Amino acid sequence: MNITQTTQAGTLESNDILVTLKPNPEGTIEIHLQSVVLKQFGKQIKAIILSTLQNHGITSCLCECEDKGALDHVIIARVESAIQRQL
Amino acid sequence: MIKNSLNRFVPSHPFLGVHPLPPQTFPILKNNTQTNKLRDNLTDVIKELHLKDGAVISFHHHLRNGDDVLNRVMKEIAQLGIKNITLVASSLFEVHHPLVNYLKDKTVTKIITAYVSGPVAQAISEGWCEEVCVIHSHGYRAHMIASKEIEIDVAFIGVPTSSPLGDGSGSEGPSACGSLGYAVVDAMYAKKVIVLSDHISEPQHIQIKKEWVDVVVKVDRIGDPQGIVSGTTTITKDPVGLNIARMTLQLMENTGLMKEGFSFQTGAGGISLALAKEVYDWCEHHHIQGSFISGGITGYQVDLLNAHHFKEIKDVQCFDLKAVESMHHNPNHHAISADDYAGPTNEHNVVNQLDIVVLGATEIDLDYNVNVTTGSDGMLMGGSGGHCDTAAGAKFTIIVSKLVSSRLSVVVDKVITVTTPHESIDALVTDRGIAIHPRHQALIQHLKENTKLPIKTMQELYDIAIQLTGKPEPIHFDDRIVALSMYRDGTLLDVIRKVASEDFK
Repeated sequence: MNITQTTQAGTLESNDILVTLKPNPEGTIEIHLQSVVLKQFGKQIKAIILSTLQNHGITSCLCECEDKGALDHVIIARVESAIQRQL
Repeated sequence: MIKNSLNRFVPSHPFLGVHPLPPQTFPILKNNTQTNKLRDNLTDVIKELHLKDGAVISFHHHLRNGDDVLNRVMKEIAQLGIKNITLVASSLFEVHHPLVNYLKDKTVTKIITAYVSGPVAQAISEGWCEEVCVIHSHGYRAHMIASKEIEIDVAFIGVPTSSPLGDGSGSEGPSACGSLGYAVVDAMYAKKVIVLSDHISEPQHIQIKKEWVDVVVKVDRIGDPQGIVSGTTTITKDPVGLNIARMTLQLMENTGLMKEGFSFQTGAGGISLALAKEVYDWCEHHHIQGSFISGGITGYQVDLLNAHHFKEIKDVQCFDLKAVESMHHNPNHHAISADDYAGPTNEHNVVNQLDIVVLGATEIDLDYNVNVTTGSDGMLMGGSGGHCDTAAGAKFTIIVSKLVSSRLSVVVDKVITVTTPHESIDALVTDRGIAIHPRHQALIQHLKENTKLPIKTMQELYDIAIQLTGKPEPIHFDDRIVALSMYRDGTLLDVIRKVASEDFK
């Protein structure tokens, strides 16, 4: 499934993440992550975003994330919500 | 490099455990009886000082993030082209960002301070300061200055109300900031003392004495009094934080220290202030009156005094305007100097009389060492302030924190920087459980049998946290040491290294 419109979920509060999904003309999944814990958890956060997208059958999107220290279950919930809002 | 007793490698003077320094007194030799001290042109005054390259100058931080004095003076000094200044500032905040340029152009090449946040801290971490900086405690600063271990050529002291001869008060005038506790030591022992004031008048409560002062400069403003209110001086509304405060009170009760005449200090963080409110209700309910509250003071401590739950406030700095007001009007709200507060060679210092202190932490490790100096990303962002002083002095030291905040666990395997050594820490209270240092086996047993408090080991708390956050990647540093974490006896707890260059592009 391709992302065809811009949708968002989350906030910029501490312990949350703002996820923005946009169409990607390149036809791939591209993740741009800003995070207050980038040094410590950047790789783990990107991995969980990617697997959540893939689990929902996403094959192409631009995923822009601004993370304020969200835990994994919050990240998954925010990415899922952003996907649901495509429908 | 030498290994200290915390297994940290330091270049010299290794920390060898918490051992009190022998009492010492240092005579105040200053006695300036001149009668023509008042000036109105700061530029001229600074020119006439004939400061040389390499001079040592000092500032206090009672105007906190509203301070105008340091920036104004440094601008004048930079314009004169003086280089290699050692800056002895009791603390540095965001407002002091112009210093970054003075580090880059070598006007300032060394910083000695108890706390540094914001752009200046970042610049030090990124290696912009030529020499190795020193991050010490409030108490050691007093000792260092009084003992002339560091000789201050000129102390520039912002004073909210000064007489033309230099008698000064912090709690009066349009820029009132309350206690001038950290500045008093500078005024007593610096070779030259320049007072800057925007209100020339005879003060009612004298904190800075005229015989210490050489010049009084009338300026249009020394700062913005609203800026002294630190961003954290409100009680947390977060139910998790409130629960931590409630559990902390219960722990305090069970230490057996909360009886008639007990003394107490807490910080200005949201959870600490919620605890001050809990203590208020507890005193009211149990009809017990404490002796004194000390430290940085907020309106919540003032409430405790006004309700007669404590007899006295010993105030080394005011965090909000309610504290400033109280100091001016309430005779039981006393300003104390940094030396009387925490001076490690001062026999009668306040911290040694403390029963319980409640402090925050950025990190606490499995060995109970605490870090409030560097962030979890390795960047300098604080310093001891009075952390290691009060922790060493108090009979029982409690750290309060959420276990996990913004994906960071407060409990870590090894703290990045040791600010306060494990010997001084007795307990950690978090929303997910309480860890008591294993040296208190009887208390642990008592709490397990008589309370519902969730007593855990530090390792258990660590495991819970890591399950939530995942294991963080290690932080990378360059080899270069940018600052030293100095204990209150002058020995070195740790070093702070430059953050890896690829990490701060």
